[in-house]
Order: sequence, then C-alpha cells, then structure tokens
Amino acid sequence: MTGFDRHLQTFGALILAALWVLPLAYAIWTAIHPAAYEAHFVLNAPLTTDNFVKAWNAAPFARYFLNTFVLVTAILAAQFILCTLAAYAFARYRFPGRGFLFFLVLLQLLVMPDILIVENYRMIHSLGLVDTITAIGLPYAASGFGIFLIRQTFLTIPTELDDAARIEGAGPLTILWRVYVPLARPTYLAYGLVSVSHHWNNFLWPLIVTNSVETRPVTVGLSIFSTIDAGVEWSVINAATLMTSGPLLIGFLLFQRQFVQSFMRAGIK
Amino acid sequence: MLAFSLKSVAASAAIALASALPAGAVDLQFYFPVAVGGGAANTIQSLTDEYLAAHPDVKIDAIYSGSYQDTITKVITAARGGNAPQLSVALSVDMFTLIEEDMIVPFDDYLTSDEDKAWLAGFYPAFMENSQTGGKTWGIPFQRSTPVLYWNKQAFAEAGLDPETPPATWEEMVEMGQKLTKKDANGNVTQWGVRIPTSGFPYWLFQGLTTQNDVIVANNEGNKTNFDDPKVVEALQYLVDLSGKYGVMEPGIVEWGATPKAFFEGQTAMMWTTTGNLTNVRTNAPFDFGVAMLPAGKRRGAPTGGGNFYLFKGTSDAQMRAAVDFIQWITAPTQSAKWTMATGYVAPRPETWETDTMKAYAAEFPPVLVARDQLEFAVAELSTYENQRVTQIFNDALAAAITGQKDAATALKDAQAQAEAILKTYR
Amino acid sequence: MSRRHWIQAWLLLLPAMVFLIAFTHVPAVTTIWNSFFSTPRGRRPSVFVGLDNYERLVADPVFWKVLGNNLWFALGTIPISILLAIVMALFVNRQFRARGLVRMAYFTPTVLPLIAVANIWLFFYTPGFGLIDQILGWLGFGQTNLLGSPDTALPALMAVTIWKEAGFFMIFYLAALQSIPPSLTEAARIEGAGSWRIFWQITFPLMMPTTLFVSVNAVINSFRMVDHIFILTGGGPDNASSLLLYYIYETSFRYWDTSYGATLTVVMIALLCLIAIGQVFFLDRKVHYK
Repeated sequence: MTGFDRHLQTFGALILAALWVLPLAYAIWTAIHPAAYEAHFVLNAPLTTDNFVKAWNAAPFARYFLNTFVLVTAILAAQFILCTLAAYAFARYRFPGRGFLFFLVLLQLLVMPDILIVENYRMIHSLGLVDTITAIGLPYAASGFGIFLIRQTFLTIPTELDDAARIEGAGPLTILWRVYVPLARPTYLAYGLVSVSHHWNNFLWPLIVTNSVETRPVTVGLSIFSTIDAGVEWSVINAATLMTSGPLLIGFLLFQRQFVQSFMRAGIK
Repeated sequence: MLAFSLKSVAASAAIALASALPAGAVDLQFYFPVAVGGGAANTIQSLTDEYLAAHPDVKIDAIYSGSYQDTITKVITAARGGNAPQLSVALSVDMFTLIEEDMIVPFDDYLTSDEDKAWLAGFYPAFMENSQTGGKTWGIPFQRSTPVLYWNKQAFAEAGLDPETPPATWEEMVEMGQKLTKKDANGNVTQWGVRIPTSGFPYWLFQGLTTQNDVIVANNEGNKTNFDDPKVVEALQYLVDLSGKYGVMEPGIVEWGATPKAFFEGQTAMMWTTTGNLTNVRTNAPFDFGVAMLPAGKRRGAPTGGGNFYLFKGTSDAQMRAAVDFIQWITAPTQSAKWTMATGYVAPRPETWETDTMKAYAAEFPPVLVARDQLEFAVAELSTYENQRVTQIFNDALAAAITGQKDAATALKDAQAQAEAILKTYR
Repeated sequence: MSRRHWIQAWLLLLPAMVFLIAFTHVPAVTTIWNSFFSTPRGRRPSVFVGLDNYERLVADPVFWKVLGNNLWFALGTIPISILLAIVMALFVNRQFRARGLVRMAYFTPTVLPLIAVANIWLFFYTPGFGLIDQILGWLGFGQTNLLGSPDTALPALMAVTIWKEAGFFMIFYLAALQSIPPSLTEAARIEGAGSWRIFWQITFPLMMPTTLFVSVNAVINSFRMVDHIFILTGGGPDNASSLLLYYIYETSFRYWDTSYGATLTVVMIALLCLIAIGQVFFLDRKVHYK
C-alpha cells in the first residue's frame, strides 16, 4: 500500500466517522447548552447542566436503565441456554420429526414476535404476567435465529472430538459444555451482540406490555420526551438519551480493543 | 407440624390483612397520557396523591401511559386482553371507537342526583360536543385544548405592521403574511409569514379553516362525513394557496413538532398551534409575542381537542363510584386551576376561571384567556366511527393536495368516497 | 438410532420449542386463522368471511403503495449498508491515530436507540433552521423540506436506516477481517496482486459467511425497523414513506382492524419466507463454512 493510499484511507475513515458521529455530537451539543442554542452553533454558547437535571427529574432513568439491563441480560442468558440445547440436538441427533421441527425453527427466524403483538399480549395476560420484566422477555427467550446460527457452527465441529470425549465417559451435556460451547465462542459473541442491540432498542412490545416505572425499559422511558404536542424539546430529550446511552458508549471507548480482539481471537466465520 | 404450619399460615394471612388497606378498600387503575412535556405527568401524580391522602379507602394506581396514541393502544390492547383499567384519559375523538368496541360505559348511570346533573351541566358546551352522543355522556372533559394564533411582535414591527394587531381575517393573514415574508439576496426565504403545521394530524388545524368557512366536516352521530363539500374544498384551496399562490408559508408538509422552535428561531412570524404550547412559548420565545383567536373567514371558528375521562367496562359498582368521585374532585376549581396553570390546557368549567388563583393568573398573563374566549366559536373535533381510519383518509387527502399530487377537489372527493364506504354500515 | 437417543434429542429441544411454539407458531396460526374472519367489534362479533379480507387487500391502493415502498426501502438500504460496513471495516482494520475514536464513531448507532435518535434526525431534516438547511444556506441554496415532500421522505428515512445499519454491521466485518491470516494477503502481494484484486479474490470470499449472516439480518431489519417512522414522518405525506410493518401497526393498533392487520401480516410472512429461502439458497452455495 502506498503512502498516498494510506492517507486517502485515513481521510476517508475520518470523513465517515465525522458523518456517523454527527447525531451523537449534536446530542451532546444540545444537552449541555440552553434550549435557545439548539440550532445555533456558536462557540461562546453558555454551558449548562439544566437539561440533565430536567430530564433526571422528569423520569427515573436510573431505574429504567436497570430494567433494561436486567431485561437484556435475562434474555441473553435464556437465549444462550435454550438455543444451545436445541442447536445441539439439531446438529448431532437423528430423530423422528427433526425436519419438521427444524422447519418450525426456521419459520421463527422470519416470523418474529415483533409482528405478533396482539396475540402475544393475550398469551402473556393469560399467564398473568402483564407488567413484568419477564413478560417483555418471554417471547424472545428462544430464538430461531440463535438456534440456526449455533447449529451452523456446531455442524462445523468434527465429530471425532465427540467420539474422543465419549470414550472418556462424558455424557452429552458434558460434551456440549466442554467441547461445543468453547469452540462456538465467536458465534455466541456475534449473536449476543445482535440480541443485545435488538433488545436494547426494542420499543413497541415493552411499551404495550409494561405499565409501571419498575418494569419500563429505557426506550419506553425515553418516549416520554418524544410526545410532541408541544413541540420537540431537543435539549431535554438528548440529555436523557445521553444519560442512558452514555455508559455503553464510554464502555465501548474504554474496552473497544479488547472487544474487537475477543471477536477476532476466535474470528466469526 | 401440621398445626404449626396452619398457625403460621393464619398468622401471615392476618399480617397481610392488617398491612393491607382498610376494609372495603377500592382499587383503581388509571391510565393517563401526557402530550405537553415532562412536568405534566408529575402534576397528575401529585394531584392523585393529594386525593389519596384525603381518601384512605381508595387506592388509585395512576399510570403514565405515554402519548395519546400510546395510551389508546395500551387501553384497547389491555381491554381486549380482559385487563382494562377502570379509568383512563384518552382523546375525546376516540369516543365512537370505544363505544363500538363496547369498552366504555356512559357516566349517566352514576350521575343521578340533581347535584350531579348540575355538575355535568357546568362544562363548556363546546367541550361536551365530543363527549356526548345518542343522549348519553361518555366522556368528561379534562385536558382540553384549542388552537390559537401566536404572533411575533418584533417581526410585525420590523415589517412595518402594528405589533399589537394580529390578522383578524383570512385576507389580512395573507396580506400581513406577504409583508412578513423575508428573502435574502439569493431570493431564498429567511422568514415565512405564517406556519400552519400539516404533519401527523393535519385535519385538526385544517378544521379551523373549515369552521371559519362555515362548514362542519362530520355529523354529530359520527356516521357521515362532509369532506367533498365545496366549502371544504375552498378551505383546502386557501391552505394550499398559502404556500403556492400567496407564497407566505413553507411549501410541502409542515412539521408539527418543530413548529414552536421555528417560531422562536424567527423562521415564521406567525404560527397556528395548540394552547397547550402557551407555557412553552412564554418560557422560550426570545421576543415579545401575542396570542390571538384564529382569523375569521366567513365566521370565527376553531376545533376543540385533547382528552376526556372514560369509564371502562368490567368495573364493579364501587369502583365506578370511586372513579366518578375522583373525576369530580380533579375537575373541581382548585385542582383544575392547578392543572391549567401547570400545562396551559383550557380549564373545562367556567367556575374554575372564577377562582382567585385563576383570576390572578389571567391578570398577570392575559393570553390564557384567548382560548377560553374562543370556545364560543369552537366546534367538535372531527370524530366518527372507526375514527382513526377515517381521519387518516382525510389526512392523506390533505397531504396529497398540499404536496401537489392531487388538486383539492379531487383529493377530497376521493376521501369522501372512501369514508362513505366505511361509515355507511353505521347508519 | 435408539429410542433413548430420540428422547435425549427431544428433551434437548423441549424448552426452546415450548417458547417458540407458544410465542410464535400458535400466535402465527391464530393470525392466519383470524385473516378469514371479520374484525370483532364489541357490538358485532367476528364472522367467517372467507377470502374477503384478501380481496380487500388486492383492491387496497395503500397496501400496494407500502409494499412498493418496502421493496425500495430494502433495495436501497441493504446493499448500501453492507457496502459501507465493509468500507468502514477496511478503514479501521489498519493502524492509525484516532482509530479508537473512529471505531467509536462507527459504533454510535448501535447504542443510541432508534426511537431517541430519530428526534436528532428530525432536527437535521427540519426545513430552515435544521442542520442540512443551515449547511445548504451557507452554500447559498434555499430551503429544503425533505420529510415533507413525497419524493424525498422515503429516501430520508433510508438514510437514517443506513446510518444505523452500516455502523452495526461494520463490527461483524471488522471481526471477520481480523480473523483473516495476514500471511494470505502478504503472499498475494508478493505475487504482485494489487489491493483491489486482493480484496475481491481473497478478502471478500473469505468474508462470505459474514455476508450471509449480515444480509439475513439486514433483510429482517428492513421489514422490522419502523421506530423512526413514528417520529420522522408518521408514514406521510400520503403514505409516501409508510412501510409494511408500519401499515400493519396502523391497521391493527390505530384502526383496530385486527383481521385486516392479520391479513397484511400473512402477506408479510409469505414475503419474508420467499426472500429468506431465496437468500439462503443462493448464498449458501457460495459460502464455505469451515
């Protein structure tokens, strides 16, 4: 690669970065300045923390953040366990009904619970779980996408490893845990990122199934400020957005190297 | 062992009873939307707490349920799941939908004494138009609003207009708007004359124009629309001409949410928006502003808007009575005054305006009276059976005309045909 | 295989299948079932109407419009998002100063919820004082109204989607790039291959599994991501920026016409199945799982 090429790439990277960070930059700008400067980008604009105070007082964001954290963690844990077990069965067992059941799984890859809200609400209500964090997570506890993905990875693992472990007297669950799961780590990482990102962002279903501060996730909490009968209050909305997304952003900035490396070490293929 | 565990069960039951509410306690679930910024939710919560402190035998779980749209979605989803709240605030225009869904009960059964009837008669008639049908009262006005015209006095002075005189008629609004529209050296507009937002729910402000043109867009039974009336077409043509022929308004769909900001930024010298924005404008406008009734066409006119209380089916008699008592309390002058001052909503009962706090407030900030005075000319907000679908048809027609995809007459004729197909089954 | 073996397999599958069936298959079947009935209104119970809902669908101009919109939306967002994701990943796969910050910039869409970030984009697009118009103003251009014009509303939404998706997919491509042994590209370079050729003949084929993964996600998302429509356009003007799921939401949760909503959902399911089958079939043959 020539030096010119290298500089050109760096330049391109910076241009794209500037474009991509623009919404965040704007969020920071409005959050730390009075509302009058929402559309005036002058260097001598006075700084203020009022917007954060306003947002903080308007809604219990710490609680919302905790709810989201619990929700995302619980969903991820459930998905990992349920999908791993199912994927193992599909990858390594021959049994009657296998084709049909796998078809059902593939179907869920497409027919996401996101579009079956009315029917799912009925189900949750009949279980008596309305307005619980469990209710937000349940429809997503098993994921067709997760099963499919993990199965694909499991299929690539040579069966000789199974046989070796079996000769040593290991049962199926031990083999799964000792051989398969470690080898599929990159898949778990990639899938985990998709899952966390989806549920961190999910809005419609939690909106419908939650009623109280104790259960609402951040997205629903944030929508408090998006009610726009009286016009959009960018400064307060953005302060709230930053308060809830800030921890993740800072975390990424601090740990991005480790994060990418752990992806890399195993390498998703 | 058995005796021991029985005893402990009995003991824990006793503890549970003792720690629970007094005997005969009534539990109510109350959904409320907020459409005017973060503080309003806190006001409702604190009013509810105040009520609970005075009524230890009632327990009200006040649930902030998002925007109006979120709330109605939530209420209907919950009711279909067999889990409706006892009480909810929802848009007054959702009345027919809720009746059709068989989810609400009329208030009449619980307002039987003469005192109650007198109380019911104490609301502004304009607000009751969207709350009664078929001789029954289905909603009690609570967070109600109406659109008004805000003008930038500084911009008026700069344009050589009298800063104290807003436009009183359609013609004046165009004339003034033309003087107020400023262009830079390149011929690009830097300040528009007027801004009538047309995103999201354009029908509402447009109803201002139709009423002023002396035409009603739907009947009181909610089963017939009048979209293709020549007077409606004329009103739509005026709206289209504001950005076309007269060039005093931004072309294309004008965003509702950005409208107050556009006003503060001097992007527009006048704006039409809800009274619910009064507090916002008062806090944030960096110039002197005025508030006026919407200009008159053939007559003065404006729609009402906002939310009513509804009572939901599947509620016990005791719960109903408690809910009605709560509604009567929260719409009483003292509470209603607090609510109006916190939000800018129009207090729905004349007696509230007679309280000393409201009088003092109005004396200090006279614009709050404009909306109240305009009620005399106000009509019901467009509301029909299958309301959201019918208004969406109307909205789409307005958008098609505003963006020049169809001419006003064709757009409205198509909309009328579609609305007719839906509503004829309700006659 | 032995019976014990079968039972083991079924037990492994049981927990996942219970959840899948309870929250996807049963609701999906009731959805299809409901599409043959009229919408129950409180005062009018549901009745069997056969294919009436489907006849109405065929005659519904809004349906055809949103379907067309959704196809344009998918065609416009998926390839560009994936292309940009690859470009970004290539950019930050090298050593240079500020790499951490650049990576973070690309990562921002993943942590900012769409519902919140839509408000920021609303400001960018706002006529007059919005960011885009301010910049155009300095350059001497007049006002735009991107969200308020039928021709530009959908592309404006697509831009937000591309911003969201490309940053997200970049992470997967970056990981894929880092797992390619440098020796491979070095060897090619020694043989005199240019960067362009190395990319197309070595890097890109090796990233094929990632492309499959990402494109399945991208297709699903192009039918699922509608949060920003709520805030930016509400599907307007005159349905110019409405997408299928948004129309389903409107029909089921605003018009409460759940039967017609179910009918639309059935179309969506069928459409997704077709696309995904085609995709897996097409890409699977080109993908080399190791």
